[in-house]
Amino acid sequence: VCFIPGGLDCSVSFVSHVLGKVCVHGRQKEILGVLVPRLTDLTKSDCIWQRICWRLVECVPDRWMEAVVLGFVQRAPGADVLSRLLGNLVVKNKKAQFVVTQKMLLLQYHHTTAVLQNLLGYLSLDSLRRTLLLRVLQELLETWSSSSAVKHSPAEQQLYISKAILICLSHLKDPEIESCRHELLTSVMEGVKCHLDSSLPQLRHLGMVVAESISLKINTEGPVLKFEYEEDDETRELKSLLVQTPPFCVTASLPDDDRSEQAGAARPLVPESNEKPYTAAPVMPNEESDAELDSDDDLIPYDISEDKELTNKTPGYIRDCIEVLTGSRSEDVDKWEATVKALESLVRKNPAATREVSVELAKILLHLEEKTCIEGFVELCQRAQVAVLTTDPIPVAKYLTSQFYSLNYSLRQRMDILDVLVLAAQELSCPKFHGKTKHSGTPKPCIQLLPGSDSSKDWRRIVDERIKSKTRRFDMGQSCVELASCPNEFNSVAGHFFFPLIQHFDRPLTTFDLLGEDHLVLGRLVHTLAILMYLAVNTVAVTAMGKALLEFVWALRFHTDSYVRQGLLSCVSSLLLSVPTERILADMTEELLETQSWLGDVMEKDPDGDCRRLALQNLLLMENLKKKLEAVPS
Amino acid sequence: MALPPPDPQFVLRGTSAAVHTLHFSCGGPESDIPLLFSGSENGLIHVWNLKTHRVDTALDGHGRKSVYCVETMGGKDRLLSQGRDQRICLWDLAEGRTSVTDSVFTEHVGFCRFSLLKVAQGRWLMAMAARSLEEVQILELPSKTSVCTLKPDVGAKLGMPMCLKLWQLNCGSQPVLLAGYEDGSVVLWNVSMGKVLSQLVCHQEPVMSLDFDSEKAKGISGSSEKVLSIWSLNEQQNLQVYKTHELVNAGISDITIRPDKKILATAGWDHRIRIFGWKKLKPLAVLDYHTATVHCVSFSDHSNPRDRLLAAGSKDQRISVWSIYTQT
Repeated sequence: VCFIPGGLDCSVSFVSHVLGKVCVHGRQKEILGVLVPRLTDLTKSDCIWQRICWRLVECVPDRWMEAVVLGFVQRAPGADVLSRLLGNLVVKNKKAQFVVTQKMLLLQYHHTTAVLQNLLGYLSLDSLRRTLLLRVLQELLETWSSSSAVKHSPAEQQLYISKAILICLSHLKDPEIESCRHELLTSVMEGVKCHLDSSLPQLRHLGMVVAESISLKINTEGPVLKFEYEEDDETRELKSLLVQTPPFCVTASLPDDDRSEQAGAARPLVPESNEKPYTAAPVMPNEESDAELDSDDDLIPYDISEDKELTNKTPGYIRDCIEVLTGSRSEDVDKWEATVKALESLVRKNPAATREVSVELAKILLHLEEKTCIEGFVELCQRAQVAVLTTDPIPVAKYLTSQFYSLNYSLRQRMDILDVLVLAAQELSCPKFHGKTKHSGTPKPCIQLLPGSDSSKDWRRIVDERIKSKTRRFDMGQSCVELASCPNEFNSVAGHFFFPLIQHFDRPLTTFDLLGEDHLVLGRLVHTLAILMYLAVNTVAVTAMGKALLEFVWALRFHTDSYVRQGLLSCVSSLLLSVPTERILADMTEELLETQSWLGDVMEKDPDGDCRRLALQNLLLMENLKKKLEAVPS
Repeated sequence: MALPPPDPQFVLRGTSAAVHTLHFSCGGPESDIPLLFSGSENGLIHVWNLKTHRVDTALDGHGRKSVYCVETMGGKDRLLSQGRDQRICLWDLAEGRTSVTDSVFTEHVGFCRFSLLKVAQGRWLMAMAARSLEEVQILELPSKTSVCTLKPDVGAKLGMPMCLKLWQLNCGSQPVLLAGYEDGSVVLWNVSMGKVLSQLVCHQEPVMSLDFDSEKAKGISGSSEKVLSIWSLNEQQNLQVYKTHELVNAGISDITIRPDKKILATAGWDHRIRIFGWKKLKPLAVLDYHTATVHCVSFSDHSNPRDRLLAAGSKDQRISVWSIYTQT
């Protein structure tokens, strides 16, 4: 396609038609791949070519406009290029405006960050288009701060919208920010609340990063909003979007800085070497004079400066620990610290003494507050609790599960109870290596329940491993180390851990409502039940546990919180893996069939990606079960 | 700049129990293997070969009850051991034998180590705590005849004897006994007459261990407190406090003065071995190797001064052997 330059009045509408038709038939890549670079070059400095290009796109009929605009936005190498190619198309053409400001930002979310940068940069480059930019920002913020959007839209879409917001912010100039300050502030308030309320850590982080960025922009002087969260690749990427790097950086000054730094560094080295000879000299005279005093004692002492007082305030007995921790002598903080650090090993070394006071110890540890700043206080406390629970499982489990549903505990304490139960269950159900417990080597359990973990990923890995282990292999491969076998200590206590937790979930207390606001704790509870179910494989109570769990899952299957739903699906996985096949098919056939249809629904319609994946896995597990049954000659 | 303290020359492991007592036997001719005897809490006495650093023999004669004192009786072929089974056993170790040839039933339920003194060729005196709580019995070995029983006065309230040291000024003179008691006093007894010659309150707490230099007539005692007490014996056979030395941490299990009387070593409850110069009690070194209470220290009896060793046994089941201040 070649054009005649130089003032002749050509009709480009035919070309536009062709372009439009080709794009709508899905050939955007081929034609725009050739056209866009050519136009980029031609329009670089030539105004006439720019105008021709604008005319070209303006003449594309409405029904094909979307395809063309989309293609251009995706293919343009930068926002300035896009600006040259499209001109003020978005202002003049309604369809184009709709595509750019609504469809690509709010209705679609599969575009890359580069495309977003192109689009929003394009909007910011012309004063006519900037009004559109502001409008876009407002709409994005509305979506971001709407609680129903946060709850129901997929995480990827929320990430996309957050990125768009940050890029918009980066393009705004101060007077514009001033004008919409009020709206920004209101949406931040609302949006942060919805995001922090979510049970998924990714969404919480998104909310925090966006809120921090907005606060940074609107409060240029004075205190700025700062959240505490772990930096990961996503948050770093988001934060980098806030700053627009100009295409050419000034690098000329850097070599000078380098040189002056080196010169400065060289200077301090010289005086240091001068000092050394002075210190060596005085040593000799001292030693000699010392030796002369003891005329016939030519024994030269060694350095005994390290001989310091041994402060060993660690109590040696459990009851002493209890005394110290209950604070009857609260002045001695050293002793308190030493007690907290030594408690776990004392409990493990003195099981008989611990059993006498187990419930009391559990109570003290549950209510223990940090008196001084010890490193790893939370972990020390947790490990001590796990030690107490494994030493005397039944009474302590009874106590902890009853406290989980009692009044006047904080959410953090309730979740700590769940963590301790899981860690102890894991320890009890794992074989011990020659008397040394597994966790002495690994500081964290392999199933993490600590905050911020993505338990769904762990579950997938564990379930995958289990599925793998159940597939037949004909090649023996390398043999793994045979573990010493010993009785499964979890067998006798599994029920005590499990049933009390599942009993009262639907009974609200004044300060604790699992089915209402405290859905985060509900989510944790569900995940805990899944893990306990998984660990109860080969125990006697497993079938009863399975039935109870299936009922529980059925009651909660339509819960709105996706973290809870993920937990419920994990429960079903554990169930299918732990309860022996014969028992499943004998006792739970109807429930299983109903569950299967529910899983099918989840797999197709659930907005959360992890839920869909877990549902699919459960269906596969069920298929495996069926096949296994068919394979066994009855 | 003072050098950092040396590391042990080697460490003997393999007792599998806390080590309570040590005794060297390296004074024999060059061809003889230098030996170290150790007594442990599991009732075994290990004979360590100091050339190979391995156990040559393990002697089991106290019914798995803790052995808290071992000493050779005139050479490495005869060994006396004392255990918590209330017995002192005499072992015959010549030509590879490991048998108990004789034993004394002390009926003593405490931890007081016996003290051995050679008075004539083939004749020894042994002081040991007896059945009655405050008494010390002196026996003649190998005949096992009782020489006397040293009983404090009724009102004395000394408590149990904690540590004993039999000595005599020179070959012909009267043997005397220094005994440290539970109440913190050190008593000098005339053995042949069975009378108290002098008594001195050295500590507020029980005397855990003591040692005496008969040439300088000076002795040192350690207790469960932080103070080391040095006392002297004047011409009238009276004990007087000469000096005290305060330690950083409380608790001494054992004190021993090197045979050349130049240095002494203390075994501490704070896991450390301390070396002092004997002349003025100048602190010379703090050897920090063990990870639990050091129960005993012992110097070797090598004829060549350069080979001299110091051994320490600890609750952490290891015996550390050091070569320190061997140049003098």
